[in-house]
Amino acid sequence: MSDRPVLPELPTLPTDAPPSEPARQLGHFRPRLLLHEDHDLCPGCGEPLAIRTLLEVIDEMGEAENTIGVVGIGCYTAFTSTMDVDLVQALHGRAPSVATGAKRMRPETIVFTLQGDGDMVNEGLQEVLHTAARGESVTCVMLNNGVFGETGGHMTATTVLGQRTKNSLEGRDAGYHGYPILIADLLAPLGGTAYAARGSVHDAPAVGRTKNMLRRALETQRRGDGFSFVEILTMCPTGWFVPTAEGPGYLNSVLGAVHATGELRNAERLVTTAELLQAAKDDAGRREEPLS
Amino acid sequence: MSTVEARGTITIAVERCKGCELCIPACPPRVLRMSADHNETGYAYPELLPGCTGCGACLLVCPDFCFEVYQYETPILHEVGAIGDLGGPES
Ligand code: SF4
Ligand code: SF4
Ligand code: SF4
Repeated sequence: MSDRPVLPELPTLPTDAPPSEPARQLGHFRPRLLLHEDHDLCPGCGEPLAIRTLLEVIDEMGEAENTIGVVGIGCYTAFTSTMDVDLVQALHGRAPSVATGAKRMRPETIVFTLQGDGDMVNEGLQEVLHTAARGESVTCVMLNNGVFGETGGHMTATTVLGQRTKNSLEGRDAGYHGYPILIADLLAPLGGTAYAARGSVHDAPAVGRTKNMLRRALETQRRGDGFSFVEILTMCPTGWFVPTAEGPGYLNSVLGAVHATGELRNAERLVTTAELLQAAKDDAGRREEPLS
Repeated sequence: MSTVEARGTITIAVERCKGCELCIPACPPRVLRMSADHNETGYAYPELLPGCTGCGACLLVCPDFCFEVYQYETPILHEVGAIGDLGGPES
């Protein structure tokens, strides 16, 4: 028997109704631009977090009635029935071209695409590259989990080396499968690109930083400065074969170690993913140095 | 008896929860823990212990929109038993 004191049984508090004491409500179940909360995405999926953040930014910018979304094909497509903004469903990978048409016909609107890594990088790589190079005033949002989640969890062009997927059960092997494409590094240096950033939803502070990126991207579009792009790393525990509770850690340590988060392009300022990774490494090194 | 201050509180939509546990480590004061019971779908769900700050982290990381967050106008004190007598770490 240990003689450590035993923690008292802490009482659980009622959480089935708003508090009766005077209190200010800071957050609602769902963002105002989502019609209801229910959805069929897997437990622990990161995509609803990214969608919540995007809808909040559109609402906070006062653009709810002035926004057209063009949606690709992936698990997130299920939200087309509950997102309360005007939406167009594009063919797999073609959303940036449809967005180009929408924006050219309705230049006063905010136009965004919502795509996954399979949709944007595998199915429609040329669409997004040309849209960025033309400097179209649209915002492309890509949810990156490194798998074709909706069709069973197969490898995509962004799957990182060593990552297990349905058709890379031993982990992605460079010799056999090739190397991942860092899509943000392809888009950021193009002349038509005004803003490019990579965020993540692996924890609450990361969600906050991602929200700022989405806001900067949509503000870039509103100013008419050119093409804007936000990639968001999202958990897919189902596709990765990891327990839901380990999804955020896996996302940050495995995908995030290759697709590093940060701003890659903001007006004339251009940073590569390699530089972001080096800066994160230097930062960690400095923190480990003993104080003298 | 000792007391724990709560600056905020939450409501939890237990029936919508899918038991992913993302909210548990996300809560900075660690006042969420998974239930022993299960909801109608068969998932364990989070329960709230005294000490919520109303920070909203749980809401930001829940994929199933299960949280509403409140901040009390005046912090509430919860009685929690003899927590003050626990002593420090083993020496
Ligand atoms: S397969 Fe992956 S991306 Fe699709 S809903 Fe499930 S966890 Fe989310
Ligand atoms: S609001 Fe903050 S402190 Fe309260 S339960 Fe949620 S994460 Fe924990
Ligand atoms: S994050 Fe949401 S769905 Fe997951 S266990 Fe917590 S309340 Fe349930």
